[in-house]
Amino acid sequence: MRTLVIVPAYNEEESLPGVIRDLRENVHLADILVVNDGSKDATNRIAQESGVAVLNLPFNLGIGGAMQAGYLYAEQRGYDIAVQFDGDGQHLAGEIQKLLLHVREGKADLVIGSRFLDQGGYNTSVFRKSGIWIFSTILSRMLGMRVTDSTSGFRAANRRVIEFFSRTYPDDYPEVEALVLLHKAKLRIVEVAVNMRERTGGTSSITPLRSVYYMVKVLLAIFIDLLKK
Amino acid sequence: MDVLKILAIVGSGTVLLLVVELIRRGRLKERYSLLWLFAGGVLLVLSSSRTILEYISNLVGIYYPPSFLFLLAFLFLLLITLHFSVTISGLSEKNKRLAQELALLRQEMRELMLVWTDSKKNMNE
Repeated sequence: MRTLVIVPAYNEEESLPGVIRDLRENVHLADILVVNDGSKDATNRIAQESGVAVLNLPFNLGIGGAMQAGYLYAEQRGYDIAVQFDGDGQHLAGEIQKLLLHVREGKADLVIGSRFLDQGGYNTSVFRKSGIWIFSTILSRMLGMRVTDSTSGFRAANRRVIEFFSRTYPDDYPEVEALVLLHKAKLRIVEVAVNMRERTGGTSSITPLRSVYYMVKVLLAIFIDLLKK
Repeated sequence: MDVLKILAIVGSGTVLLLVVELIRRGRLKERYSLLWLFAGGVLLVLSSSRTILEYISNLVGIYYPPSFLFLLAFLFLLLITLHFSVTISGLSEKNKRLAQELALLRQEMRELMLVWTDSKKNMNE
């Protein structure tokens, strides 16, 4: 099965070389695509020189637009599986295999790598933690399944999801919303326990101050999604 | 004629003329001018005819007829800004698609250039 690893990157010149190295060493038989989301630093140059495929967006679209660009690429080039892998170095390439296994076996259309399924050892801010808890509770109800890490950007999608996301993908904070959209489209989601690393460079798109705004926006968005035709 | 009436007529008349002139010069697309023309037209009619204005105000239960003009103008503005929000949403979606298509094209171009420079090298050897 042809597999593509999509690495969205916004101002990740520090961590990107390590991320690409990690992917090359630990993932075999997969192509790598870096989506440079209008970075102001050398992200684009570093990605191009490393010899991976690069989508260089002319300006910053936000993680949703960047990720969808990656899915469009996967859709156009006929990939069977697409893996979302953050450019900030918090995901471990060695863990991709766990996601791929489930997609290959056809157990689910989208597999989420969860930090919280096995152990609670991952440290994150109190704001984010409470936000994650609220989302998990609401989403678990909504989707009729236990969702422990709804904001995780570490995911693997099969061809059906690739096609779906290349048509429709939420904009601003897409991880949670994407799950609701998939559920409405009757696509199957499953969580798999994975390990993640603390950030190695750059800054998270979610600061404590923005957390509240993030939560309200995402909650609103998922309720609107439910109302949409 | 009272001052308020003259003011209202001049106000709505100016909006109408301005919109027509902007369309004539091609600065405003017809698609976005319809609401403006309609709003200007309705306000002009109501401000020039006291009887119509008073009749409608009575119907709705507004004691001071000119305040019905304000209400109407406010509602029109609300409608127009909503129309803008819808338009902007559509534009930003299209804008996003364009950016994505551009990035995809750039990558295809990069790959083609690589193949091209390779084949040129081979021909020279």
